[in-house]
Amino acid sequence: MADLLSARNLRRAIPWLLIVIAALVLPVVLPPFRLNLLGRFLSLGIVALGIDLIWGFTGLLSLGQGIFFALGGYALGMHLQLGSLAPGELPEFFGLYGVKALPAFWQPFTSPLFTLLCIWVLPALVAGVLGYLVFRNRIKGVYFSILTQAALLVFFNFFNGQQKLINGTNGLKTDTAQLLGQLVGSDAMQRNLFWLTVVLAVGAYLLCRWLTRGRFGDALIAIRDDEPRLRFTGYNTTVYKTLVFAVAGAMAGVSGALYTVQSGIVSPQFMAVPFSIEMVIWVAVGGRGTLIGAVLGAVLINYAKSLVSEALPETWLFIQGGLFLLVVTALPDGLVGWWRSGGPGRIRAMFSSPPAVATYPDLELDPAVQAEKAKLEGGAQ
Amino acid sequence: MDLLYDTLFNGLAIGSVLVLAALGLAVVFGLMGVINMAHGELMMLGAYTTFVVQNLFKDGPLEALFPVYILIAIPVAFLVSGLAGLLLEKTVIRRLYGRPLETLLATWGVSLILQQFVRSVSSAFAIGLIVAVALGLLFPRFTPPSLWRQRWSPVLGVGSWVAAGLIGVVLASVLGGVRVLDQPWFSARNIDVTAPQWLRGSIDLGALNMPTARLFIIALTAIALGAVTWFLQKSVWGMRIRAVTQNRSMSDCLGIPTETVDALTFLVGSGLAGVAGVAVTLLGSVGPNLGGNYIVDCFMVVVLGGVGKLAGTVVAALGIGVLSYIVGSGSLLLVWPAMPPALNELVTFFATTSMAKVLVFALIVVFLQFRPAGLFPQKGRLVEA
Repeated sequence: MADLLSARNLRRAIPWLLIVIAALVLPVVLPPFRLNLLGRFLSLGIVALGIDLIWGFTGLLSLGQGIFFALGGYALGMHLQLGSLAPGELPEFFGLYGVKALPAFWQPFTSPLFTLLCIWVLPALVAGVLGYLVFRNRIKGVYFSILTQAALLVFFNFFNGQQKLINGTNGLKTDTAQLLGQLVGSDAMQRNLFWLTVVLAVGAYLLCRWLTRGRFGDALIAIRDDEPRLRFTGYNTTVYKTLVFAVAGAMAGVSGALYTVQSGIVSPQFMAVPFSIEMVIWVAVGGRGTLIGAVLGAVLINYAKSLVSEALPETWLFIQGGLFLLVVTALPDGLVGWWRSGGPGRIRAMFSSPPAVATYPDLELDPAVQAEKAKLEGGAQ
Repeated sequence: MDLLYDTLFNGLAIGSVLVLAALGLAVVFGLMGVINMAHGELMMLGAYTTFVVQNLFKDGPLEALFPVYILIAIPVAFLVSGLAGLLLEKTVIRRLYGRPLETLLATWGVSLILQQFVRSVSSAFAIGLIVAVALGLLFPRFTPPSLWRQRWSPVLGVGSWVAAGLIGVVLASVLGGVRVLDQPWFSARNIDVTAPQWLRGSIDLGALNMPTARLFIIALTAIALGAVTWFLQKSVWGMRIRAVTQNRSMSDCLGIPTETVDALTFLVGSGLAGVAGVAVTLLGSVGPNLGGNYIVDCFMVVVLGGVGKLAGTVVAALGIGVLSYIVGSGSLLLVWPAMPPALNELVTFFATTSMAKVLVFALIVVFLQFRPAGLFPQKGRLVEA
């Protein structure tokens, strides 16, 4: 029992306790609008964790995480559209385009179980296939980034242009849909969703921590630092990269689904090119290679964005652009990385007196040396 | 037969804009390994420069020269975008050589700033900006040098820039109260450049109708391509650029000023973006978001063509142009009206500009499965190659 309550264990438990307290207190303290924002940003933290996993640890900068994010969102959005309908009815927007029968790929989304699976399996599969095709050819570095961005544009154009299949640029609304007999947009439901987000974010964090420690994590870091060397050592790096890209895709899907129900709509804008690059900057500001940094970065930057956009909408792009430049040139390890590498101490050291230089005390005590020193100083005068 | 010529011409027209836009990117990316996400915004600067030049020539003493303003706009746009690129290289990119992913993020930040700059720049804004930069630059000159030898001098440096920035913001918002200075120069709306009379007509060749603006762009592309090829292959600085590309440290040892070469390469690449911006204004109205429409396409051209080869860029851009036009216009249906219904449906499905892009990009990804290094790969034995 005494072991269990040791100082070390207590210190470890403090962050978790704080999370539990925050999760219980915040819904009471914050007004529903702010709570909803926090829930949204926390769900964005999950996609940021995925990016940290592939970029911070494995060195793959994907500019296309929006694909998986939006796929997860669309999976849930389609289910919610279907869930609140009487049998034989079609979602309203189909009427606008003269579609009479439900497209075949909508059918399975009537099942909640299939949807729950689809939210993370579908993005993981897409990511796995896309990743395998790219990694198999040893396309990496900036080429990988450019290809993921092109893939993102392909998906965006597809979803944006297909009114008859998925309501095109208007997206799918989820606010007025029913889930478990409750309106998704209602305050009570949003509070439950906030808790769900907290639980899933913690789960995603633990998953990433488990993945990045041990042999698998070592392999990822080795891929980042010197991939050919790892390959020559006998590892099949393609498998590792595909796997970790699929995991990041699945996390993006979960994140997208949570974000969709909390913002009330899923639209092709989730796949817009700038949004996916923004995701990368959350991780960069928080600190890549540090898991907690990814979540912190996502929440902080989005909060800042919503505050600035409310007050001075025109300045946000300047601030965001400045952040990109600042992080890349001055803070390559992000805020958490700067903190961990002793950044605050360095600032403090600038204002304190210079540290004493180490000397050889026996020299100071040696009479012969002292005599010599006195003679030298005397000679100088 | 007419259809073939029509397809070829339109594909060439789409492709030549792509060549022009991707040319500068190919120079910068291929020769320096720098991912310049702000390339599209440099194009936008070129387009806005054309707009300004046009307004200068529209009325007033220079009105007589209006028909040729576009020819004057080309070198001006080259200079404006080139100098903007040079500034970018000197301040940001030179710190990031050898870290391509970081340059990608940094230049994306620059592109956001440039977009918003064009939207919100007004006289008040410009004065505030100039004052802030001047204060930040002059502050170290008018403070005792002993201050800058202290251990906390980095904090002083950052602090002085922050203070200068705040003064600039306050000044801009105070001046913004004055009605004349408050007017945004361009605002967020799209701008229209009126082409001179001789670029508005079209030439009919049999059944083929060729708009003069398109012909002008094709000619401009050919000239730019020739000039770049000449510069890289025949001029002294072009030779130095190629030398640095092949072996940076060896070139340095032989006395080639590599930093100047980097700056020059970036200036030329950015200037070409400006020229592309001039061409784009002839195709329709342009806005602050212009860059976003082109940047991904340009990168696809460079990746498909193979890095470091101008020929690859040209072939890839023209190929993408022709293919996009064939798919997007659904002209396959005209050639083969009796195709099976399933195939017919498929062709119609992709017969819009955005869906054509879906198909073409998907095809590029498939193509890269077979030729990972693009159409014209560089040969080498490096494991990283």
